[in-house]
Amino acid sequence: MDLSLAIFVQIIVAALLVIGLMVGNAVVMVYMERKVAGFIQRRPGPYEVGPWGTLQALCDSMKLLAKQLYRPGNVDIILYYLAPILAFFPVLLLFLPIPFGPYLTALNVNEGIILILAFAGLGVLSNLLAGWSSNNKYSLLGAARAVSQTVAYEIPMILALLAVVFQCGSMDLKNVTEQQGAWPWEWNVLTQPLAFFIYVVSLVGETNRAPFDLPEAESELAAGFHTEYSGMGFALFFLSEYANMLLVSLVAAVFFLGGYKGPVADGFWWIFIKAYAIMFFLVWIRWTFPRVRFDQLLNINWKWLLPLSLLNLWLTAIIVKLLI
Amino acid sequence: MLGGPINFVNPLSVLESPGTLTGDFYALNFEKKAKSGRVILNLGPQHPSTHGVLRVLCELDGEYVDRAEPVLGYLHRMHEKMGEVKTPWQYIPNLGRVDYLHPLAWNWAYVGAAERLAGLEVPERAEYLRVIGCELNRIASHLLWWGAFVMDLGGFTPILYAFEEREKINDILQIITGSRLTMANFRFGGVCADGDERFFRLIREFIPYLRERLKMYQGLVTDNIILRRRLEGIGPIDVDMCQRYGATGPILRAAGLPRDTRRDYPYSVYPKLEFPIPTGPINDCFGRYLVRLREIETSLAIVEQAINQIPDGPVIMDKAPKATWKLPAGESYWAVEGARGQIAVHLLSDGGKNPYRLKLRAPGFSNLSLFAEAAQGTLLADAIAILGSLDLVIPEVDR
Repeated sequence: MDLSLAIFVQIIVAALLVIGLMVGNAVVMVYMERKVAGFIQRRPGPYEVGPWGTLQALCDSMKLLAKQLYRPGNVDIILYYLAPILAFFPVLLLFLPIPFGPYLTALNVNEGIILILAFAGLGVLSNLLAGWSSNNKYSLLGAARAVSQTVAYEIPMILALLAVVFQCGSMDLKNVTEQQGAWPWEWNVLTQPLAFFIYVVSLVGETNRAPFDLPEAESELAAGFHTEYSGMGFALFFLSEYANMLLVSLVAAVFFLGGYKGPVADGFWWIFIKAYAIMFFLVWIRWTFPRVRFDQLLNINWKWLLPLSLLNLWLTAIIVKLLI
Repeated sequence: MLGGPINFVNPLSVLESPGTLTGDFYALNFEKKAKSGRVILNLGPQHPSTHGVLRVLCELDGEYVDRAEPVLGYLHRMHEKMGEVKTPWQYIPNLGRVDYLHPLAWNWAYVGAAERLAGLEVPERAEYLRVIGCELNRIASHLLWWGAFVMDLGGFTPILYAFEEREKINDILQIITGSRLTMANFRFGGVCADGDERFFRLIREFIPYLRERLKMYQGLVTDNIILRRRLEGIGPIDVDMCQRYGATGPILRAAGLPRDTRRDYPYSVYPKLEFPIPTGPINDCFGRYLVRLREIETSLAIVEQAINQIPDGPVIMDKAPKATWKLPAGESYWAVEGARGQIAVHLLSDGGKNPYRLKLRAPGFSNLSLFAEAAQGTLLADAIAILGSLDLVIPEVDR
């Protein structure tokens, strides 16, 4: 009884911390995205609110909080309000098995990566519900795109991670981290470069970021599946989008870049530095490339990423079999 | 009801009970011809990719555009009628509002028509200043199109780079026109102000600067694999189609026909300047993209020659018409090459205070009319790329 209570309390505390992390991440990302976009576009970015515009994210969130929740006519009310909540809550669970430090894991799960992938798949459901319940043709088109895109890109993503799982012989994220060393040449990215490449490409597709931001393609679909959401409804989608980005970047850091291990001293700072480096990369390509077309997006996935990831998995399996 | 009604069209229901459908005249008529199971999508008038208030009705089969129909008139401001109730002198500022991206070409079309009707002689320095202004303005227009077009394709950054160059051009043109957007420095018989030493110095600095930047754009945007895949082979428009709809300008030149009013019906000092007419090797969206970028280089070459050749002298004729000037009775037509195609003004005067009738020939209107045919059967994203490649300025289309 004591043990289960302890785990329960641990999970509650962890969930609260994860909410804090999500919000903090959104604040950092909003600032980073706008500032980096500003530098790429030869303009200063936010600089009015606070020193160097650092309080801009706070202002943005205050605006979203204070906005009226406008609901257009003829929407399916239950699904319309359920969708943003559904987008937000599964993400909470996803952070539980991530080892942030040697002793900093909310919940040690043997098959942590399965938990993450299973709940990450739920995110697309909220997009679908939002698009369907909004009673808007742009939203419906955006939702249809979101579903086919996310489902398609999950497959090479899983196969790329599976190659690392084969190599390490473990689905426990902590175990995978422990098998890598502190220095870059001891990381999995060296032994699994193709898997890392596939993972990063499908990560962009999975998080619906430009150049793969088809579900919310601004010039075609206005804002895609969240066209009809305002105020906190939109903010929850926004939060979960950034939280999803952080999550896939953290998983990339754990599986390919040595997780919390790093030169000098191991700790949560290394995993965050690595994850935010990947997120900086995502911001960078978002503001540099034009958007691909939808059929091209699926062609990249089904014709290139999927065969490549299968090949990679097959090669990994053979090499692992030969070596052990 | 789950999800609410998503108007899947059943044509029979329209015939049986026409009162039940919501929508205006255009939407109702468009829906009558729709096949069953199709979605009617109303792009615009407030849509990010229509750049203004164009409205396009689309009949979608999945993501494929089965039928598209532009609906015009949301920015109709009666410019032609205003030409009949204002004196010619009062009407000049209106022309800058017709096409706010290439106002000087519109100035020229109207002023040229009036000058031909009245037989006015324009001093040579004024003609050169007109050429310089018009070509710089064409560069600004093409740059803005370039940024907006890449933005239609999802790349947000280039438009801010384009605006940086456009600001420099505006700085230059501000010296001779006094304004940055709706310029109106043309007068009957010349231009209103001469360029000073700073004007020519800024142009001399700007030409090599823009050439450097164009090289950068080549590497950064034109050679981008995603952009090429989005444009190559999309929306072919051949010469025959252009001629059926009266499309002119870069669209016609990209189709392979080197038609340019500056060369075919030479006016002003263009015969003294040497410049190529860029034509596209391919007639798809990418061809139109390349033709416009080459036209920027052509215009730079024209400006470079013009500032070297420009003679001294007055910039407006002696005894130039004043505000109370009346056009002599008669009829005249004057065409110039605008950034979007052939701009023409047909002026009819009965010798009264105001012109009797004024007809503005907007190239955007003809160019837009071929969209319905070009967009047929393409993906929605391609249809938007085609719409962007036509370089529409809605105020000009609607006038």
